[in-house]
Amino acid sequence: MAADALALERAPRAVTGRAGGSLARGVATGYLSLVVLLPLAALIWTSRASGLGTFWEQATRPEAVAALKLTLGVAAVCALLNAVAGTAIAWTLVRDRFPGKGVVDALIDLPFALPTIVAGLTLLALYGSGGPFGIDVAFTRSALLLALLFVTLPFVVRAVQPVLLELDSEMEEAAASLGARPLAVFRRIVFPNLLPAILSGVALAFARAVGEFGAVVLISGNLPFKTEVASVYIFGQLQSGNESGAAAVSVLLLVISLAVLLAIGAFRRWRTRHDG
Amino acid sequence: MARYALRFGALGYLALLLFVPVGLVFYRAFEHGFGHAWEAVSTHQAVHALELTLLIAAIAVPANTVFGIVLALALVRTRFPGRGLVNAIVDLPLALSPVVVGLALFLLYGRGGWLGGLAGHGVKILFALPGMVLATMFVSLPFVVREVVPVLREIGTDQEQAAETLGASPLQIFRRITFPAIRWAVAYGVVLTTARAIGEFGAVSVVSGRIEGRTETLPLYVQAQFEGFDTPGAYAASVVLALLAIATVVGLRAFHPREETA
Repeated sequence: MAADALALERAPRAVTGRAGGSLARGVATGYLSLVVLLPLAALIWTSRASGLGTFWEQATRPEAVAALKLTLGVAAVCALLNAVAGTAIAWTLVRDRFPGKGVVDALIDLPFALPTIVAGLTLLALYGSGGPFGIDVAFTRSALLLALLFVTLPFVVRAVQPVLLELDSEMEEAAASLGARPLAVFRRIVFPNLLPAILSGVALAFARAVGEFGAVVLISGNLPFKTEVASVYIFGQLQSGNESGAAAVSVLLLVISLAVLLAIGAFRRWRTRHDG
Repeated sequence: MARYALRFGALGYLALLLFVPVGLVFYRAFEHGFGHAWEAVSTHQAVHALELTLLIAAIAVPANTVFGIVLALALVRTRFPGRGLVNAIVDLPLALSPVVVGLALFLLYGRGGWLGGLAGHGVKILFALPGMVLATMFVSLPFVVREVVPVLREIGTDQEQAAETLGASPLQIFRRITFPAIRWAVAYGVVLTTARAIGEFGAVSVVSGRIEGRTETLPLYVQAQFEGFDTPGAYAASVVLALLAIATVVGLRAFHPREETA
């Protein structure tokens, strides 16, 4: 890692020479500005254009506040559950052996690949009314959590797996031979090594859960003050013509996303430092 | 003992959350026979939705692939002020709600927006194909970049510089040295981009206006059928999308570059 960074410092010369480099840079920033930055600038501008008072008024409407609180709360619970379940799944996939492991490992990516609306429908088929187990959680907060757990499943697993693969088991064996119990080995040796990976997986899962729309729109019922999350609230406000209300909550979500990305950047640097 | 408990717990969690629900959708779609399912997805509206979904992906994926490679080259091989910022912006679509993306495009191209005037000149962006393509490009932008950047970092510039001193043109260097080194990462990124593009719901939902038979993609069709009480139609279309997702997972396995080389 450190050697890589050094090589980069020494040889920043472009593949394509100086002129090609600035061309690549120009094209890249141009594309990024057109596709990503311009729309976001328009969003921020719209939310500011009607004045800070309106922004505040819209962001503090009881329905908006309830939706934001619910979103952050459920996303936090979802992220925490992912930390535990994701680490356990990654552990099972790396350290355990059982028939069909390869298939299970491949299927972990399915929630990434499956359209979110299908994810919602899928869960509704099993956990909605008329499901085969007789469980019906449709239109409740449990359903909301279930949908978010489904779409965020791969993040922690895929973050922890490579680190666990590379982790040398000699340290663990040494600790075990010195009489450390399995739990102590995990807590004192494995866990500290996995922590940066777990945290970046959890942060990504949190960000995804905060913004999720497709998976929750069918199963949560979108009842204001009960199961309406921020993204559904934004959609509803836009449908009813309240653009500044939709923009205000959107700007708040944008700020949350940026904060999470900054946190992930910090976790990455932390991991790099540990490696070095 | 602890190992079995952990295995049982992890697999049980996966079964209840993932395997059983997805299996059940397949069962529901085919429970009245294959013929019924086929009828439900071969209606004019469903076929049009599938075609539109594939058309949008056919535009957005190549665009994000080409610009993704250029972006990755710019991020790894050049230094410029604000590079860290560009890096963060590339990741933003991964962390941002698709509804916010849709709203941003809606405000930019809608009535009174900075580029809202385009509609008056016959360039229809919102509630039409261009808006849906732009939304899809936004949400699927990071995948190729994120796959290519680490590989570019790893291969370094030695070979490229050697070729340059031997008089190779920039295009030759890219074609003969850089691209062969990153091609599996590009393929992996393309599969991820395609999956995201096909499945996009929130952003497209906002900018498309959901005009039945005109701007309705397959994910939007699933929702419309479900809410219109055509559950068999919704399940059948879901199965089509789920099969595409499974093909994606298989593709990801085939192109996974790093585990083999490590």
